Amino acid sequence: MTDVRTGSVPVSLSLDDEIAGLDALDVADARLPGAGVRLWKAAWPKLAALGLALVLWQLIVWSRWKPDYVLPGPRVVFPQVVDDLRSGKLVRATLITLRRAAIGYSIAVVVGLAIGAMVSRWRTLRVAFGSFITGLQTMPSIAWFPLAILLFQKSEGAIMFVVALGAAPAIANGVITGSDHVPPLLTRSGTALGARGLNLYRTVTLPASLPSVLGGLKQGWAFAWRSLMAGELLVIVARSPSIGVRLQNARDLADAPQLVATMIVILVIGICVDSLLFATAEHAIRKRWGLIDPSR
Amino acid sequence: MTLLERAGGPLVDGTELAVAAAGDGATKRDAILLSGVGRVFRRGSTRVVALDGIDLSVRRGEIVSLLGASGCGKSTLLGILAGLDQPTSGTATVHGRTGLMFQESALFPWLTVRGNIETALRLRGVARRDRRGLAEELLASVHLHGFGNRRPHELSGGMRQRAALARALAQDADVLLMDEPFAALDAITREVLHAELERQWGERDLTAVFVTHDVREAVRLGDRVVLLSSRPGRVAAEFVVDIERPRRMEDHAVNELAAVITSRLHAEVQRHARD
Ligand SMILES: Nc1ncnc2c1ncn2[C@@H]1O[C@H](COP(=O)(O)OP(=O)(O)OP(=O)(O)O)[C@@H](O)[C@H]1O
Ligand SMILES: [Mg+2]
Repeated sequence: MTDVRTGSVPVSLSLDDEIAGLDALDVADARLPGAGVRLWKAAWPKLAALGLALVLWQLIVWSRWKPDYVLPGPRVVFPQVVDDLRSGKLVRATLITLRRAAIGYSIAVVVGLAIGAMVSRWRTLRVAFGSFITGLQTMPSIAWFPLAILLFQKSEGAIMFVVALGAAPAIANGVITGSDHVPPLLTRSGTALGARGLNLYRTVTLPASLPSVLGGLKQGWAFAWRSLMAGELLVIVARSPSIGVRLQNARDLADAPQLVATMIVILVIGICVDSLLFATAEHAIRKRWGLIDPSR
Repeated sequence: MTLLERAGGPLVDGTELAVAAAGDGATKRDAILLSGVGRVFRRGSTRVVALDGIDLSVRRGEIVSLLGASGCGKSTLLGILAGLDQPTSGTATVHGRTGLMFQESALFPWLTVRGNIETALRLRGVARRDRRGLAEELLASVHLHGFGNRRPHELSGGMRQRAALARALAQDADVLLMDEPFAALDAITREVLHAELERQWGERDLTAVFVTHDVREAVRLGDRVVLLSSRPGRVAAEFVVDIERPRRMEDHAVNELAAVITSRLHAEVQRHARD
């Protein structure tokens, strides 16, 4: 330590120390704000938007554009929502609908992922079915219902059939697009590490296409939810008072508060699934991959 | 210091001369043998001749530095050696397993640094329970101890390249192919990694092809420096580096030879300007 002649410092040791010093400079950690602050930061714009929407709604009601019994205001509708929730009917309807959504969507996920994986792996399948799948995706799900009712009568099966058909092509497309957009450098890198065929697919292609697969899952959910609502309005299954049935009943009885209350539930479910499930997963992936600008 | 320059086109006997000069003869097998390797890319209706008639042999345990102007086909050549690409003419033979380190780090962004290294180990066939320990060792050897849980994007460019080196070493390749691996590193880190590479090379009986734009680095590491011409890429000259190891970039002998090679490089570039 007292030796000041630079030449006598053991080179390897000093180099190691210096490299450690450089690394310390490189990756200085900054403190993150607490969870509460972050939650508030994420939540307040949403709450503000919600408030704005409510104000707008009330303003339209006040403008007397339509009579109250056709277009009720928030002050009528929200007590209705609370009442419906208390009575248990709305909860029951929501559960029936959510169960259908979960089953139909799960079928779509399994089918979509499997088809997507196969089509993206085999060129022949790709050529044969690639554009067919995209075509299916653009097909309005309501157009499937006549066929579904012919095949399954007015049953759960008919609804599931359409929900799965609505979502599966979007999910398959997500997988296919994902494997199309894998950076060639990563594929080369995997190949250089010795991965071939299925191993390469599993090691590189699949994880690299995860963001796109997630995009497909998200889009698939939107399609599934829409198809399900259409299905519940068209195919009314006996003794299954689903959300769609409530909607239909409210219209038949000209019960505007209940109609709007039910629509709010539909909207809330859609928002919750999107922001709690997909947005969270998307954010996690983007963060893991370093796709979020850390300065923002 | 003997200096052996073979100017002019690629001559097979010239290569043999270099082998003979190094004093090994036929006792050691060639790790790499390229004869007449050419690679033509089609870009629309035009043909890009990236490589044309490359003849080169690399003995087992040799480090060959590859120099050449940008775009002369160095990365293309390494790709062929790694089996990622096929030559459009000639034959390329590589004995043993290859490991490739890319110009960019090419780490998998969805895995941690350790995950990247463990993937290389898995693909090499290392049992699951041995991977963790080996990965830690490799991380330590590139001075990334304690950074295993980071994701590639959470590291600086230099650290990323070190992680990529660790991953390439994890392949336990017989032939290590490196494409400008240390171009983005600061001088100190680079020195440490030169030493580390040399250590690995001594321990594992590695053969290495090391592409660089830095002439002094080429001399510092190589047993031989091969100069490629560009458009089309051909072997323009070869230099045997007969300087005792350990070497340092600042060594007088290293700089002397580097100066000779640099002037040869200039001549090569000027030849292109005249064409
Ligand atoms: N896939 C490709 N398609 C068309 N041309 C290509 C392709 N890959 C490389 N080339 C061309 O081949 C030539 C050699 O490229 P290469 O990347 O091997 O050069 P390099 O010597 O590694 O350059 P650098 O030192 O800048 O990395 C270049 O002219 C490049 O444009
Ligand atoms: Mg290159």
